[in-house]
Amino acid sequence: MESILTINNLTKKFGYLTAVKDLSFTIKKGNVYGILGPNGSGKSTTLGVVLNVVNKTSGDFHWFDGNISTHNALKKVGAIIERPNFYPYMTAYQNLKLVCQIKGVDYNKIDEKLETVELLDRKNSKFSTFSLGMKQRLAIASALLNDPEILILDEPTNGLDPKGIHQIREIIKEIASTGTTILLASHLLDEVEKVCTHVVVLRKGEKLYSGKVDEMTSSYGFFELKCDKEDELVKFLETHKTFGNIKVKDHLITAFLNEPLESASFNKLLFEQGFTLSHLVQRKESLEEQFLTLTNNK
Amino acid sequence: MYRLLNIEFQKLRHNRASKILIITYFVLLTSIALIAAIKFDIGPIKFHLAEMGIFNFPYIWHFNSYIAAFFKLFLAIVIVSMMANEYSNKTLKQNLIDGLSKKEFVLSKFYTVIVFALVSTLFLFVVSLLLGLGFSNYTELSIIFSDLDYLLAFFVKLVGFFSFCLFLGVLVKRSAFALGFLFVWQFIEGIVFGVLRWKTDAETATSVMQFFPLNSMSNLIKQPFSRLSAVQSVANQVGEKFDFDYAVHWYEIVIVLGWTAIFVFLSFRLLKIRDL
Repeated sequence: MESILTINNLTKKFGYLTAVKDLSFTIKKGNVYGILGPNGSGKSTTLGVVLNVVNKTSGDFHWFDGNISTHNALKKVGAIIERPNFYPYMTAYQNLKLVCQIKGVDYNKIDEKLETVELLDRKNSKFSTFSLGMKQRLAIASALLNDPEILILDEPTNGLDPKGIHQIREIIKEIASTGTTILLASHLLDEVEKVCTHVVVLRKGEKLYSGKVDEMTSSYGFFELKCDKEDELVKFLETHKTFGNIKVKDHLITAFLNEPLESASFNKLLFEQGFTLSHLVQRKESLEEQFLTLTNNK
Repeated sequence: MYRLLNIEFQKLRHNRASKILIITYFVLLTSIALIAAIKFDIGPIKFHLAEMGIFNFPYIWHFNSYIAAFFKLFLAIVIVSMMANEYSNKTLKQNLIDGLSKKEFVLSKFYTVIVFALVSTLFLFVVSLLLGLGFSNYTELSIIFSDLDYLLAFFVKLVGFFSFCLFLGVLVKRSAFALGFLFVWQFIEGIVFGVLRWKTDAETATSVMQFFPLNSMSNLIKQPFSRLSAVQSVANQVGEKFDFDYAVHWYEIVIVLGWTAIFVFLSFRLLKIRDL
């Protein structure tokens, strides 16, 4: 698959603090990536480096096939970082016109993209009169102007109210469905879980994991069970080799799998052993649980 | 280059404060013509400034470019703020992300500086030409178009001064502080001159000071007043004789161009090494 961004051994130090440590990963075309990590884990710094606003200390990165200068590559990229930055005294339309001039895009795209983010009726209002949600949506419109090969979003829902968050997510989903490559940095895990296919997990500037979302922890999920013969069931499960960790809380038994097991055959097995279940749910860990497992283990 | 200028003018065009300052500046440049209207007519004392010879070719080139240079402060405010605002609005960051290189960013500002200086010079040329044609005692073509090097000096002076402002805008990131720094720098040059003069002699002090940025810029166009024949005749009567070098020297132009290059380069360097 065509690679869009390649980062090799990237390191960034701010004085004595190492914000990004020996980071390498590749972004392939067509996937939706999430960069996960708590605050201060180096997400924004990494994006800052590849977006030409932060100087790297060592290592290197290149866009596309590497035969294009960073600033020219950025003309094919759409990016929003942290807060929407526009000229407050210009209208939405004028601000986007300026972006068109920088990126070398035709002006007729402006109305189309304003329509996408539902701001067309406010196109002649000054940027300073916009609410935060509208500013963020304008930023998305601006990032989409050049029909980018990749859309980079850094905390796009930060500081928005629930309605604003929902609007932004819908827009992101819509863009993802068109096949655009997306790189989404966030510390909100459910946000990433809802749209991303791949994740890069960072902690203190170091990469903990990069790959598909569902392969993040080598886990086969778990069963949640309820049964009248609780103690006997727990004993049975503990001797069974398919199960690892067994937890009991408020009469709810959680049994983690060591190897794949279908819920139907599991149910059949238990019935044959004389256990009648009142509750049976098979689940995979949520991204949040996987993330916590990953960040705690290492 | 056209693209970069276009980007910068798009930013300036919609900024009301900049627009007002730019318009004020050009109105003030035109207002030099109003000097012609200064006329005292009190009984026996008749005084009409326009008839004192200040609008005679080629002296008018010197006089007008000297006076017009005072108004450059208006454009200096525009230039400092067009740089500092990019920092305070964080639009510099956005511009870079959108695909403008740091070099293009500095160039777009520098080209704007050149356009400002060029338009000012053309404006000054037209105003002075019209005034001269109206009031000058000599209107032979060869006289009209002599001493035009004052206009060149005016142009170089503006480019140098505005580049200094540009650099201060990048360095300080806040328009008000950058302008404050400009005045502080003026004081520093004054103090250095004072100290040099006190420790050595006037000649050494002047020859060292000509290499300082603001001093080199003001050296380009010397004060024209003592050159006026009316002033000289008064001076002769009291037995004083001015011996002053009014000419624009090539090395003075070179020094200012040198500073311009240094300021633009330093702006670029600063931008390059800073993390945004």
